[in-house]
Amino acid sequence: MSVIVTFYLCFSVLLYFLLGGADFGAGIIEMFTSKKNVTRTRKTLYHAIGPIWEANHMWLIIAIVILFVGFPSIYSLLSIHLHIPLVILLMGIIARGTAFVFRHYDAIQDGMQGLYNKVFVISSVVTPLFLGIIAGSTLSGRIDPNATTFAQAYVYTWFNLFSITIGLFTVALCGFLAAVYLIGEADNEHDRLRFVEKAKISNAVAVGLGGLVFAAAAIERVPLNDWIFRNPIGLTCMLLAALSLILMWRWINRKRPTVMRVLVAFQVTMILLAITSANFPVVVLLSSGDVVSLSASEAPMKTIESLGWALIIGSLFILPALYYLFYSFQKSENTVQ
Amino acid sequence: MEDVLAARLQMALSLGFHIIFACIGMVMPFFMAVSHFLWLRTGKDLYKNLTKAWSKGVAIFFATGAVSGTMLSFELGLLWPRFMEHAGPIFGMPFSLEGTAFFIEAIALGFFLYGWNIFNRWFHWFTGVIVGLSGLASGILVVSANAWMNSPKGFDYADGKYFNIDPIAAMLNDAWLSQSIHMTLAAFAATGFAVAGVHAAMIYQKKNVSFHMKAFKIAAAFASVASLLQPVSGDFSAKDVADRQPAKLAAMEAHFHTERGASLIVGGVPDEETQTVSHAIKIPGMLSWLAQGDVNAEVTGLADIPKDHHPPVAVVHYAFQIMVGIGAALALISLLFLLSLWKTAWLTRNWYFAIFALATPLGFAAVEAGWTVTEVGRQPWIIYGIMKTSDAVTPMPGIAWTFYLFTIVYLSLSVLVIYLLHRQIKVVPLVYDKSEPS
Repeated sequence: MSVIVTFYLCFSVLLYFLLGGADFGAGIIEMFTSKKNVTRTRKTLYHAIGPIWEANHMWLIIAIVILFVGFPSIYSLLSIHLHIPLVILLMGIIARGTAFVFRHYDAIQDGMQGLYNKVFVISSVVTPLFLGIIAGSTLSGRIDPNATTFAQAYVYTWFNLFSITIGLFTVALCGFLAAVYLIGEADNEHDRLRFVEKAKISNAVAVGLGGLVFAAAAIERVPLNDWIFRNPIGLTCMLLAALSLILMWRWINRKRPTVMRVLVAFQVTMILLAITSANFPVVVLLSSGDVVSLSASEAPMKTIESLGWALIIGSLFILPALYYLFYSFQKSENTVQ
Repeated sequence: MEDVLAARLQMALSLGFHIIFACIGMVMPFFMAVSHFLWLRTGKDLYKNLTKAWSKGVAIFFATGAVSGTMLSFELGLLWPRFMEHAGPIFGMPFSLEGTAFFIEAIALGFFLYGWNIFNRWFHWFTGVIVGLSGLASGILVVSANAWMNSPKGFDYADGKYFNIDPIAAMLNDAWLSQSIHMTLAAFAATGFAVAGVHAAMIYQKKNVSFHMKAFKIAAAFASVASLLQPVSGDFSAKDVADRQPAKLAAMEAHFHTERGASLIVGGVPDEETQTVSHAIKIPGMLSWLAQGDVNAEVTGLADIPKDHHPPVAVVHYAFQIMVGIGAALALISLLFLLSLWKTAWLTRNWYFAIFALATPLGFAAVEAGWTVTEVGRQPWIIYGIMKTSDAVTPMPGIAWTFYLFTIVYLSLSVLVIYLLHRQIKVVPLVYDKSEPS
């Protein structure tokens, strides 16, 4: 059962990264869209994520619940030492969620729309930035449970080059995910080309920032190189990611949005695997050199068992319904066109 | 400000904010399902428009409730990491189930909000019902997690260690049933009166009367049934609290001295120093009867409970008075509504709608007061009898700052939501009921 619970934890984190990430990315794309096109982009974007965005963000809640029920000491460790970025993340989540809904459901379309739009795009950048910073911090080796100063215990844990470059890299990946996703949503050639353009730019930016992550890791003495290149799984993942990237760009003009989406999701999955596989099941590296692993932090057996069953039974309800939700709106959209 | 106090205030603020959105998000779908049903049955467009108008409100409330709920799942750890580290594996079961219920609610809401004209009409109606049912399930599950804090079960505890953990027994603790029933009824009553009140105010102003009358009747019917059942559930809860948490009951009633045939204290100003209550109305034997079902039964007073186990008496006592007072008033208004089913002439009277309009915020005031009773009444414990709140708080200093930040955010969101609702109501004559342009 521990394996099942661990799988669900990784699965929800991954899905949150892909679906929630594309969702954040949509806001990032909106930010970098010229005034001339922004209204149309907003429409496409609403059409694409409107019915599913609530569900996309559920994955975060599932992951958090698994963490605090199944791996409580990790949840409490991170809650203490990453308090500040977590609070900023929460501000981003609440601002973004409400701005997105308010701008659609405000009965009167007036100057308030400008405010909602501004809040929406800014929080679409801030939220994944801090999500990435938090993720990076778990592997940065800066968390120190015995720290004596405020800065050491609560600030440098996340305010370091490695965490911040991971955060920026995450933002670029989200933009990339969204741009590729939106290519398939465009209802005319002009828009399609615009999203292809955006995908190219965000791809280039992501590659550049990826390089920066390696540089930051070298400066901060995070053995990222070893994790990826001296680990057969890491290396394979990296190669597969590169391969899928090449395939994607070769086929970009064949107008097969589903293939593109699968490829880009695969690519991001491989990048995540490449970074995390070397340490797994260790998920937090402490400054003392000690590590925190999922298997060692597990809750008592009975809890893991009931949690596992709750997840299995839950997914019997959730997955078919979720599939039907995606399917229905994809279909209805095609008939509308 | 002390960190523990700041953390408690931030938690209270976050829950106090979330609870309103959660209640509306779980109850409104039932109102919509009724008007949606009436539209499918009668074909009257007014019902369809009402369903749509309400669904806009629900979307706003649901989204705000979802994000504030997400924040809470983090705040539990941000503010009370020591508590979560031990309690997570024990009382986490309802949260894991709630994850599913909430997920289904979000999916069903996607179908419902965006599914007009796409699906079979009855399937579409059914997705709306699912939104309500899964919301209700979420609410009950979260309340049973809270009930565990009042009535910890499903583990053994010795020397600061927790063992023999049984998450199912923890979920089905002694308080879950009484608390869940009380909270569910409260949600229906509070939301019902809030919605009925808003529509009553429009009828009072003679705006789109037939549209608002339909809305008013549906909401008031739910509210009235719930409000009339609530005293029964309240009695059940009171006996339960008397049994499990004598200190909480004593604080609710400002009952300082253990005695047989204890009087019920209505109102009054409790003084914790002198252990007396001034300016109160006392009803002899009534407290014993309410707590134990016997006018001569003995009820433990605060004087016989160690001082460091006392909750803040004044806050709990006042909150309890407010809750019961409002509850009684709403039960009376509910009778008025039921009578108006016979005395239909009242439905044209201004005084009738004025009463409902004035009652708009009362239900939620009672919900907040009741929540204060159960949470502040549990102090100084975070897990009753096991862990103190002050031992659970995060070691990070400066929580006052995040409290201020959250206060600003929640205040501005509240203002915005009210502003958005105001605008929704303003467009009724333009969008939902064009028969009476105003």
